[in-house]
Amino acid sequence: MYEIVSKKMLTPTICEMDVKAERLARAAQPGQFLIVRADEKGERIPLTISDYDAQKGTVTIVTQKIGASSTDIISFEVGEAFADVVGPLGIPSDFIEMSPEELASQKYVFIAGGVGTAPVYPQVKWLKEHGVAVDVIIGARTKDLFIYTDKMEKVCDNLYLCTDDGSAGFQGVGTAMLEKLVAEGKQYTRVVAIGPMIMMKFATLTAKKLNIPITVSLNTLMVDGTGMCGACRVSVGGKTRFACVEGPEFDGYLVDFDEAMRRQRMYLDEEKAAMENHVCRIGRGK
Amino acid sequence: MANKIDRTKAREQEPLVRATNFEEVCYGFSAEEAQLEASRCLHCKNPRCVGACPVNIQIPEFIAKVLEGDFKGAANVIAQDSSLPAVCGRVCPQENQCEGSCILGIKGEAVAIGQLERFVADHATPDVEKAPANGIKVAIVGSGPAGLACASDLAKLGYDVTIFEALHKLGGVLQYGIPEFRLPKDKVLAREINAVKALGVKFEQDVVIGRTVTIDQLFDKEGFKAVFVGTGAGLPRFMGIPGENLNGVFSANEFLTRNNLMKAFREDYLTPIRAGKKAIVVGGGNVAMDAARTALRLGAETHIVYRRTEKELPARREEVHHAIEEGIIFDMLTNPVEILGDEKGCVRAIKCVKMELGEPDESGRRSPQPIVGSEFEIPADTVIMALGTSPNPLIASTTKGLDVNRKGCIVATEEGATSRAGVFAGGDTVSGAATVILAMGAGRKAAKAIDEYIKAL
Repeated sequence: MYEIVSKKMLTPTICEMDVKAERLARAAQPGQFLIVRADEKGERIPLTISDYDAQKGTVTIVTQKIGASSTDIISFEVGEAFADVVGPLGIPSDFIEMSPEELASQKYVFIAGGVGTAPVYPQVKWLKEHGVAVDVIIGARTKDLFIYTDKMEKVCDNLYLCTDDGSAGFQGVGTAMLEKLVAEGKQYTRVVAIGPMIMMKFATLTAKKLNIPITVSLNTLMVDGTGMCGACRVSVGGKTRFACVEGPEFDGYLVDFDEAMRRQRMYLDEEKAAMENHVCRIGRGK
Repeated sequence: MANKIDRTKAREQEPLVRATNFEEVCYGFSAEEAQLEASRCLHCKNPRCVGACPVNIQIPEFIAKVLEGDFKGAANVIAQDSSLPAVCGRVCPQENQCEGSCILGIKGEAVAIGQLERFVADHATPDVEKAPANGIKVAIVGSGPAGLACASDLAKLGYDVTIFEALHKLGGVLQYGIPEFRLPKDKVLAREINAVKALGVKFEQDVVIGRTVTIDQLFDKEGFKAVFVGTGAGLPRFMGIPGENLNGVFSANEFLTRNNLMKAFREDYLTPIRAGKKAIVVGGGNVAMDAARTALRLGAETHIVYRRTEKELPARREEVHHAIEEGIIFDMLTNPVEILGDEKGCVRAIKCVKMELGEPDESGRRSPQPIVGSEFEIPADTVIMALGTSPNPLIASTTKGLDVNRKGCIVATEEGATSRAGVFAGGDTVSGAATVILAMGAGRKAAKAIDEYIKAL
């Protein structure tokens, strides 16, 4: 069992939890993910790792209430425990393999959308610790939906906030902000986009236009997360790849986003039905 | 000699009833039935059945004990050679092994050795002898048949054994792959696993070796003296035809994992599964039969599409027979060439070509050739690919000095030794997808080799 040691609602629907998982906390690296199974009857839900602390033996997960399973995960309180937390899964971000010289020549810009802001944090933190220049653009519909802005501010060179409604920062989407920055003379060697699939699709189009390489982190459907089921398959450069073991990060230029978005909706009917029938099971799982 | 008695048939659920539930198909023998069947054994001087068993269970000897009514004695005889008899009695391809070589089978029907093994395992617990603990740590990667067998033998020799399992439940393919109706999880599998636990073997679930911790770390940081890799063949194959990524196309692994490991067939479990109205399962092995019979039980009209004929189906004869009885439709000499989707990207049909059998290939089976111009469509909303699996590359890619062959299988000797000192391997991860009993046999051989290796350190 994996005990929840802290819990905080970042917005009315986004929840941050620190969970005791010692082996996982020791092994986690930027770019990797984990799988939570809340209780005996729960699904195996892939979640990005938002932070990890080997000393405390905890990992941080940020979950958005979307369907029945994420509602269940969020319903757990401090002192309760998840049945299973497994990971780290997937291949770490490629920059952790770079030489110091290579790192010194990099200038990264991250585009984060929604709950995807959380997994950007450990990457930016790692790059900052290794002396790499990093800017971060966070986009949200409105200012109340931002998460991780304070944490991010501390680890990046420049933080740019964008809102659709103009309630904070730049009015417009993250990709428009990126175009503006480049037009103003900013130079980047790589874009990393993490967020909803549609946002990563448009980030890729923008990066292509600006002729900057882009990495995207694909949040596909998964069951086991270890390469066994193939639910996560995506077309990358015309080849079928398993996001769980060959990703989750891929070269955005090569990803077939339309197929990936369609595959994400595979169980939409079942998920809707599950949500309607869902009896919130708060208070169990001790 | 009592060989005038007909082979005793084990009672089964009615086909049309069981096609709507996930309860075990076969009820197994009663004590009277088991003893009656045991009386058919001729006790051959040179029992061919023993030689045909991959782990050489002393079959006539255990059958003699059944006849005497000494079921515990029978269990003790089996336990000398097998650590998973309740599983193997149910899932072994007996018709190609013990029963296939039974003398009675030449003119009539072989002794029902599989059913007798199952009866003994379900009704008696063998005595266990365990050496005093020696405190030496051995790690087992994977809790499938190979790992469980290796762990039991090492624990009996006194080793401090830990099994690491990537999934949340134990048993490997016995848990995620083989459905409830062939291998009940709580009644049979849990009992076999509890027997391993009772030997003092420790289990750590949710540990993905190669990611959560590496084999090198197990040696360097956690004090393990040897590691056995029994990670199976979990990587699904696809055909590489157009349309395979449409919504509604699944690997058999995904379909079965959702159903068996995640219990999607039960309404109170959250994991979704979709069998659709009409499901096509591509392939002819046991996994194809399991996937088809699962789809049927979930309410789909289910077809098996196979490129050769029924005679060449690699599945156990019993599974094919059960599948036909339950109403699975077999489309033989048929090979998919494309999966067709609707405007939403969901499967609407599978385009196939008719095949004919040509010259025998290297496997001795006549190789299927497409008939030019014979393409046709089968309407369907679900397609399940059951084309075999290969070993997961994770261990090999994260362990220094561990050789793999062209097919991605870990290279190991008959005894399980790999290219890396202290690392042993066996089961499907070495052989490619095979059977439970071969994996169990490999695990036991490796246990012996690990014991010798550690004693020589």
